Amino acid sequence: MSTNEPSPLQLRLRLLLWSAALPGLALVGLVLAVFFVLSLSLLAIWFGLPLLILATVIIRGLTEAHRGWLAEWLGTPIPTPYRPLPPTRNILTRSAAILRDPATWRDLSWLFINATLGLLLTLLPLALLAQAVQAVLINLYWPALPGVHWVMFVPVQDAATALLALLPGLLCLLLFWWLSPVCMRAYARLSRLLLAPTENQRLAARVQHLHESRADTVDAQASEVRRIERDLHDGAQARLVSLGMSLGLAEEIFDHDPATAQRLLAEARATTQQALTELRSLVRGIHPPVLVERGLQGAIRALVVSQAIPVTVDIDLPGRPPAPVESAAYFAITEVLTNITKHAAAERAWVRVNHGRGRLVIVVGDDGVGGADRSGGSGLRGIERRLDAFDGTIGIVSPAGGPTIVTMELPCVLSSPRTSLSSGTG
Amino acid sequence: MRVVIAEDLALLRDGLIRLLQAHDLSVVAAVETGPELVAATLEHRPEVAVVDVRLPPTFTDEGLQAAMSARSKLPGLPVLVLSQHVEPLYATELLSDNTGGVGYLLKDRVFDVGEFVSAVLRVADGGTAMDPEVIAQLLNRRGEQGPLATLTAREREVLAEMAEGRSNSAIAERLVVTEKAVSKHINSIFTKLELPPSADDSRRVRAVLAYLNHEHD
Repeated sequence: MSTNEPSPLQLRLRLLLWSAALPGLALVGLVLAVFFVLSLSLLAIWFGLPLLILATVIIRGLTEAHRGWLAEWLGTPIPTPYRPLPPTRNILTRSAAILRDPATWRDLSWLFINATLGLLLTLLPLALLAQAVQAVLINLYWPALPGVHWVMFVPVQDAATALLALLPGLLCLLLFWWLSPVCMRAYARLSRLLLAPTENQRLAARVQHLHESRADTVDAQASEVRRIERDLHDGAQARLVSLGMSLGLAEEIFDHDPATAQRLLAEARATTQQALTELRSLVRGIHPPVLVERGLQGAIRALVVSQAIPVTVDIDLPGRPPAPVESAAYFAITEVLTNITKHAAAERAWVRVNHGRGRLVIVVGDDGVGGADRSGGSGLRGIERRLDAFDGTIGIVSPAGGPTIVTMELPCVLSSPRTSLSSGTG
Repeated sequence: MRVVIAEDLALLRDGLIRLLQAHDLSVVAAVETGPELVAATLEHRPEVAVVDVRLPPTFTDEGLQAAMSARSKLPGLPVLVLSQHVEPLYATELLSDNTGGVGYLLKDRVFDVGEFVSAVLRVADGGTAMDPEVIAQLLNRRGEQGPLATLTAREREVLAEMAEGRSNSAIAERLVVTEKAVSKHINSIFTKLELPPSADDSRRVRAVLAYLNHEHD
């Protein structure tokens, strides 16, 4: 939705344009519906199969476009109800999947309803306005008309009756003014009934999504644990073994070769130092200590202090998100800031975090060169996966030439700062 | 010299006590929690407090907060904060009250006992002991841009040593040069970074750290 609401007049004018466009589309839809039914009847001979797929593709394009428009009027998105097509080029399998998908049949029934009841709803405001316009114009051209001309209930035959016709004209104008948004809303709701997924479809899609995101999360967790195991095994553990050896050796030769023993002890100290450094970076990767100590707000502030470019931070959180959400948000912000440093050639960046409508909303922007997208690096894909585990989303707006704005949303409930502190002790 | 220690892990607490006592520092109190630290400093008025950042009961930055609150009650109380990790942000906060006598070191630094004890003494004396890791993070973030890029390699070394809080003579000793050479480098650094020169070690550290911190603004 645009942030600045259109004036009532602008709104009517815009709806008028739609009233003019939608009937045309409804008729196109009707043709498509007939085309679809025809291709169904041709299924008996193989020729029907490619036609069916073609018709489906065009119909789905049309309904998807309507979903987009309706979502804008209604202010809520209308999800796509279709089941994913099987990943095969086999025309028979694809057709079967299309025919088995209830959304196909709901689309078809919408095409018919759209061309009847829908058509009526979109044409009504147009007709009312036409009447009003006619009532005005008839004052100019009534002498050219033979006989009596009816403007609604007024028979126009001379200047006086033509003037009188302005009355029903005004009525039509008022009706238009009042009904135009009403009709469009009714049209949108009617269409949504058939275009939006049914509760069953919605749940099926949700289960499918959860299934995938769970698999992703489990995969990511497992590889994370493997990485930690490998780092500990090759790093700190190996260093402790070497440390023990140095100390053991030093102990053994302490009496007869103190110089070498001292060298070994110095080595042991250096090894300990390295082990600690490795553990520190490992811990930072698992769960940054500053996040434990300061929460998301403090951690972000600490994070931006070490950025190469100035980063403005604006955080407005009345409480703390749950720890896993905090962690995901922190790593996501870290990743985005890293991307900015690496690719954006930005001079400054900003991070804004707040909470509204049950979601943690994070916006990170920079004044760099733009052109960032999900496919570019694995970084943004990684964030997407990480957020997906919490039903979170990421949106990237990055036109060439910049600026880049990354918006991340994570559904969560904030706890009051006090309770989160005491629950932190376990 | 009287020292108060706040560290919740017994192993490390005992090690610290042993280490400090071996160097003729007397540990008058060794406590485990933030509130206990504040109480102990008020009771014993130590010459320096050595504090772990993460302490019970919250296991957040309790130690840091307690150290700062103790400093607000006893202005100028020297505090050396130890941690398993360092954050430049914490360093900035510790230095923000501008009264000196502040240290912020990784726990690893106790490995070099001599250096560690001299850091404790420096802090007790109103000086500064900043972990090299903090300085490195502050120096690294900008890469090779701005006035910092105009420093020679040796000047960067001197800058880092200075930012850690060392005096000219200590820097000279560590870099194996004369004190005169050190002060020449320092003058050059202050000129290049356009900082007002200062003879006072601790004020000098704050100027340099403030510079590194606010370089972008």
